[in-house]
Amino acid sequence: MSPAAGAGGAPDLSALSAAEVADRVASGALAPEAAVDAAFARADAVDAGRGGLNAVLHSDREAARADARAVAGRRGKAPLPLAGVPVAVKDNIATLGLPTTCGSRILEGYVSPFEATVIARLRAAGAVIAAKTNMDEFAMGSSTEHSAYGPTRNPVDRARVPGGSSGGSAAAVACGMVRVALGSETGGSVRQPASFCGVVGVKPTYGRVSRYGLVAFASSLDQVGVFGRTVDDAALGLQVIAGLDPRDATSADVPVPAYREAAAVPLKGMVIGKPKEYYPPTLDAGIRARCEEALEALKALGAEVRDVSLPHTSLAIPVYYIVAPAEASSNLARFDGVRYGLRVAGGDGGLRGMYEATRSRGFGAEVTRRILLGTYVLSAGYYDAYYKKAMDVRALITDDFRAVFASGVHVLFTPTTPTPAFEIGAISDPYEMYLSDIFTATANLAGNPAMSVPVGQVRTLPVGGQIIAPHFEEYRMFGVAYALERALGGVGAGAGAHR
Amino acid sequence: MAVTNDDVRHIAMLARLGVDESRMPSLVAELNGILGHMEVLSRVDTARVRDGQIDASSAAVSEMWLRPDEGPPLPLLAPRESFAPQVRDGLLLVPRLATHVDEPEESA
Repeated sequence: MSPAAGAGGAPDLSALSAAEVADRVASGALAPEAAVDAAFARADAVDAGRGGLNAVLHSDREAARADARAVAGRRGKAPLPLAGVPVAVKDNIATLGLPTTCGSRILEGYVSPFEATVIARLRAAGAVIAAKTNMDEFAMGSSTEHSAYGPTRNPVDRARVPGGSSGGSAAAVACGMVRVALGSETGGSVRQPASFCGVVGVKPTYGRVSRYGLVAFASSLDQVGVFGRTVDDAALGLQVIAGLDPRDATSADVPVPAYREAAAVPLKGMVIGKPKEYYPPTLDAGIRARCEEALEALKALGAEVRDVSLPHTSLAIPVYYIVAPAEASSNLARFDGVRYGLRVAGGDGGLRGMYEATRSRGFGAEVTRRILLGTYVLSAGYYDAYYKKAMDVRALITDDFRAVFASGVHVLFTPTTPTPAFEIGAISDPYEMYLSDIFTATANLAGNPAMSVPVGQVRTLPVGGQIIAPHFEEYRMFGVAYALERALGGVGAGAGAHR
Repeated sequence: MAVTNDDVRHIAMLARLGVDESRMPSLVAELNGILGHMEVLSRVDTARVRDGQIDASSAAVSEMWLRPDEGPPLPLLAPRESFAPQVRDGLLLVPRLATHVDEPEESA
């Protein structure tokens, strides 16, 4: 059966999973450029112009089509797992041929001379890099409003944010442009927008995926993550990019299981922890109801739900907003007008004036705020009171997870966010915005894998449920996610029309 | 520990950020607002970490390993001349600053 024609005459392939597209391209049942053309047709229909989603910052249609044809040209060899599958990539992951701006003026027009390992692995698997996506500047934000190139809109409700900082990638998946996209996580920047947009978002264990070519924000927290329209799309995406990379000293030499086989994991006998700190009285009533229903569905599949406690959870945001800005203040020192992008002459005509003028003009308000905050907490006289104390409390948060998993709990299930997507411009207080990450930042601080899966809607807006697993137990996490997705009705359980 | 205007000027200098004076009141208020939320950490008992019962240095990656400090050679994917703005005598050239003064050339 031929796929129905979509906008612009390109076939509408949005019902096909990434694996199905790859199978058809590899077998010749689908033209090599078909999925790429469909992605661009979808982008033409929803992304550009006034009121458009503004999810895409850079793309090269002809280069993408040429890449797709090159993939098809290797027919007869072993089939590639992502043959001809278009993938959108957050704009802080280095790509050859397309700019890497991190959503910042200071890197406007910058094209990396090398490519991230995750991109090389995607290409080797047959994927086509279709677009670089919008993001909060240098991944600092929870709404994709803090981009120098304008905010991204939520495909479910365009008056609302898609979450952030990987909001462009989340929106690209939710609107049907692509089935797989890459984002990055420092405090929840994949899971929170996945929840807001009604798609699947995975943060792997720290060390599971190479960070080579990911522009550094907070190096002890940063990790490349994957969006999928379904759990299977996300599992396939992670399968391709995971594993040891000699170019990244923090990547771990841990075997990578076949994540898609986790679809067959039985839940009978599995113990799912329900941490009370993630279900506070202030939690949105609709989100609480959807998560309780998800837990009931897991129980019906044979899992045991056990009440547990992670007592230091409420300290995650204060800890995160000391550790992350401290590391950012160091990592972003390299953007000084000499080595990258923007360069603005200072009033004194000298080096310091050039540094200050370049960085002040090039960085937006949120990045400036966090660099100042990070510099302050690391400065003489304040280091022990802020940074050292925060690192000690980070150890307590990590120990909470260690203890609960050592007690026989296999995974944790929580809401991904305390509220559904909020309206663009609704939050102006920086700390209130930071609280969007209250349920996600803990896994970054502790290094655990975690993912958001659509579990329904509240007031027509998507709700995400979060599964957190022990280090390097992504396979188990996917097993629960596959089961939950099936139990809740499969694709689109969370997001409605996605248009 | 309230941040003052002078504190912000000092850390802006350390961070090589030019901060417009008109922006100073709001920046001071924002930083104090954020840091106020951090004060809760000072009341947390971290004796278990201080006593070494929990290893703070490796807490985030407690189940990870250090790989040997060796590896394959990692050449650049493209010669630096292909992406440098300008190269002379093997050195990368960047735009001149007004304060740069060339050394006088030695006369023969």
